[in-house]
Amino acid sequence: MPTFVYMTRCDGCGHCVDICPSDIMHIDKTTRRAYNIEPNMCWECYSCVKACPQNAIDARGYADFAPLGHSVRVLREPEKGTISWKVKFRNGHEKNFESPIRTTKWGTIPSPAELPPPSEADFKNQELAHEPDALNIDGLPALSPDRLKLGVV
Amino acid sequence: MGLFSRRKTVYVDSDVLVIGGGMAGCGATYEARYWGRDLNIVCVEKANIERSGAVAQGLYAINCYMGMQWDENQPEDHVRYARNDLMGLVREDLGYDIARHVDSSVHKFEEWGLPIMRDPETGRYMREGKWQIMIHGESYKPIVAEAARKAASKVYNRIMVTHLLMDKTKANRVAGAVGFNVRTGDFYVFRAPAVIVAAGGASHIYKPRAVGEGMGRTWYAPWSSASAYALPILAGAKMTQMENRIVLTRFKDGYGPVGAYFLHLKTYTENAYGDEYESNWYENTKELVGDYIDRHPVPTCLRNHAILEEVKAGRGPIRMVTKEAFQDPHKETIGWENFLGMTIGQAVVWASQNVDPKHTNPELTTSEPYVMGSHATCSGAWASGPEDYAPSEYQWGYNRMMTVDGLFGAGDTIGGTAHKFSSGSFAEGRIAAKAAVNYVKDLGKERPQVSEAEYQNLKQVVFQPMENYEVGRNEIVAGTVSPSYLLPISGLQRLEKIMDEYVGGISAHYMTNEPLLTRGLELLGMLKEDLNKLGAEDLHQLQRAWELQHRVLASESVAHHTMFRKETRWPGYYYRGDHMKLDDKDWHCFTLSQYDRESGEWAMEKAPVYHIVD
Repeated sequence: MPTFVYMTRCDGCGHCVDICPSDIMHIDKTTRRAYNIEPNMCWECYSCVKACPQNAIDARGYADFAPLGHSVRVLREPEKGTISWKVKFRNGHEKNFESPIRTTKWGTIPSPAELPPPSEADFKNQELAHEPDALNIDGLPALSPDRLKLGVV
Repeated sequence: MGLFSRRKTVYVDSDVLVIGGGMAGCGATYEARYWGRDLNIVCVEKANIERSGAVAQGLYAINCYMGMQWDENQPEDHVRYARNDLMGLVREDLGYDIARHVDSSVHKFEEWGLPIMRDPETGRYMREGKWQIMIHGESYKPIVAEAARKAASKVYNRIMVTHLLMDKTKANRVAGAVGFNVRTGDFYVFRAPAVIVAAGGASHIYKPRAVGEGMGRTWYAPWSSASAYALPILAGAKMTQMENRIVLTRFKDGYGPVGAYFLHLKTYTENAYGDEYESNWYENTKELVGDYIDRHPVPTCLRNHAILEEVKAGRGPIRMVTKEAFQDPHKETIGWENFLGMTIGQAVVWASQNVDPKHTNPELTTSEPYVMGSHATCSGAWASGPEDYAPSEYQWGYNRMMTVDGLFGAGDTIGGTAHKFSSGSFAEGRIAAKAAVNYVKDLGKERPQVSEAEYQNLKQVVFQPMENYEVGRNEIVAGTVSPSYLLPISGLQRLEKIMDEYVGGISAHYMTNEPLLTRGLELLGMLKEDLNKLGAEDLHQLQRAWELQHRVLASESVAHHTMFRKETRWPGYYYRGDHMKLDDKDWHCFTLSQYDRESGEWAMEKAPVYHIVD
């Protein structure tokens, strides 16, 4: 379902241009508003729909196989930590869903540089950052070389 | 240099360069900072790492989690599972390594704020299946990207890396990479002693089932443009198992995932007449692959095979029986949220066609083939294994280093390690980064040198499609047809048609043979020549031009590997009509290739498979 942009809602802010993983949301030079320049390279990932501050972007199912008259609308509220969906069928039926998206405040993940620095010996073993502590088991598992053998099993 | 000689060149020096900011690239960037406190760590991404890579849309499950803290699974168990699913052929040393590090990665995701569902009775993570845990993962990628941004010296968004740079002082050693900024058109020269390729696998190398507007609704992201393979291939790195493409059984048209439906909702499949059909094909499959059909769980390719045969016998479509499970409102919610969390397009298809799985059993289909290294398949670069136990044939230096010095990989890039998925790709990025930091430390003051002649030449090559367009456009009145240049979309459609018809795509029922492959390679050769005449109207089309270049090189590799392996190892993924049976006597091995960029020749060889024996 490629995206499209409502003329009266878009203010040309460019959030969609900045986020689109496929680089297909561009600003139209004449209207100074965003549009989908390449619908057949749209994955319908909704990254632009979620990012639009004006709720100006929607999607219409791929013409190849999606009959008209449906809609899947989304409201992502990062500060509240939720995402809400409204699915509307061609026949008018509706379904609504809401899910959490994050349990911590945005921006609170510490840099690994804030952890105590590794010792010289740590560089030579197989443990990664936060290990073994973050494994929640006694130590990092290991194989011995003699357990790997040629042949069909 | 013609029209573009005034184009600006930006130089970026770093100690560790991470190419691609998806799950593997974010893992690599994070870990590189932990070990390289005073190092310059740079991550470069063609989109925006906030929503890039295969997880851009979100995920509803983490498909690789051991649960060692509750003794649910051990790394050995995961190795046996992946080996069984891939019909015996995986790099067990690498797979074990990912499995032992994946739990600590997942625990950090939860600590960082990813909502992981828990079983209210046991308090453990909610299992979807033996290996999968359920998450509310709409913001999985933004959360992981935040961790990577905190760790990086700098993240460069919107720069498409086109080529790696080699050291001019020592043969077979990497020295950096070049690319261009998709917004400004500046040419970038990245100089770095250690480079980690964490780019994406390959969608859109085979003709997709929808070829109009819907061609973007491929199963794997359309921006996964095979850079994971083309970058190492061009640098002369050996590749493995490139023939091991994957075909997915998915809900029709939207390619919505079936994992939660099978494993958690306990839905099942039937043919058009409501009958169980897999047992119809048991003897047929046994003829082809012997007792691999008796293994549990049944390998994914063999379940595909039964679907393909049943449909060919005239009893399609295959449907998922959802009507029973969806009477439970809790299960119905999970079924829908599963799509909204990771494949929104499937919800749209069902809404548009009035398919409510509570009242209708939805159709399934088998997808076009994909080449990638992180899902239930394992194409990619041949990499050195973990120092503490990998056999000597698998170990020539640092963990996850390819056969080029200083060149590391993770995620879709590294071959032989199926079933790593999002969490395992992140964990593998971490593994590669620690090794890369050790490599940089051991190099000391000795630094590889980029050759100015090499990158100046590449600058010309990279922007050539814009010059081709500028010149050729004056010849014609308007439109897309030019005698002088080829638009990227036209080249892409030719590639997809060649791969589809000659290298085992959907319209050939995934069938190929030596004569077809020979002809396919001839046509791919002509396409490769024509790529010198790609025409790009703007920087966006220049990105599409280089994505196509990467896809074509990866496709050529796929065709050569498919030609080399004279057996049908994975019926249901593809068939060699001239060698229809699995052949453990001659082909219980990995296939390796090496590309010579001067001659354009591919050298093929076999490599041994080591198994955990107990």
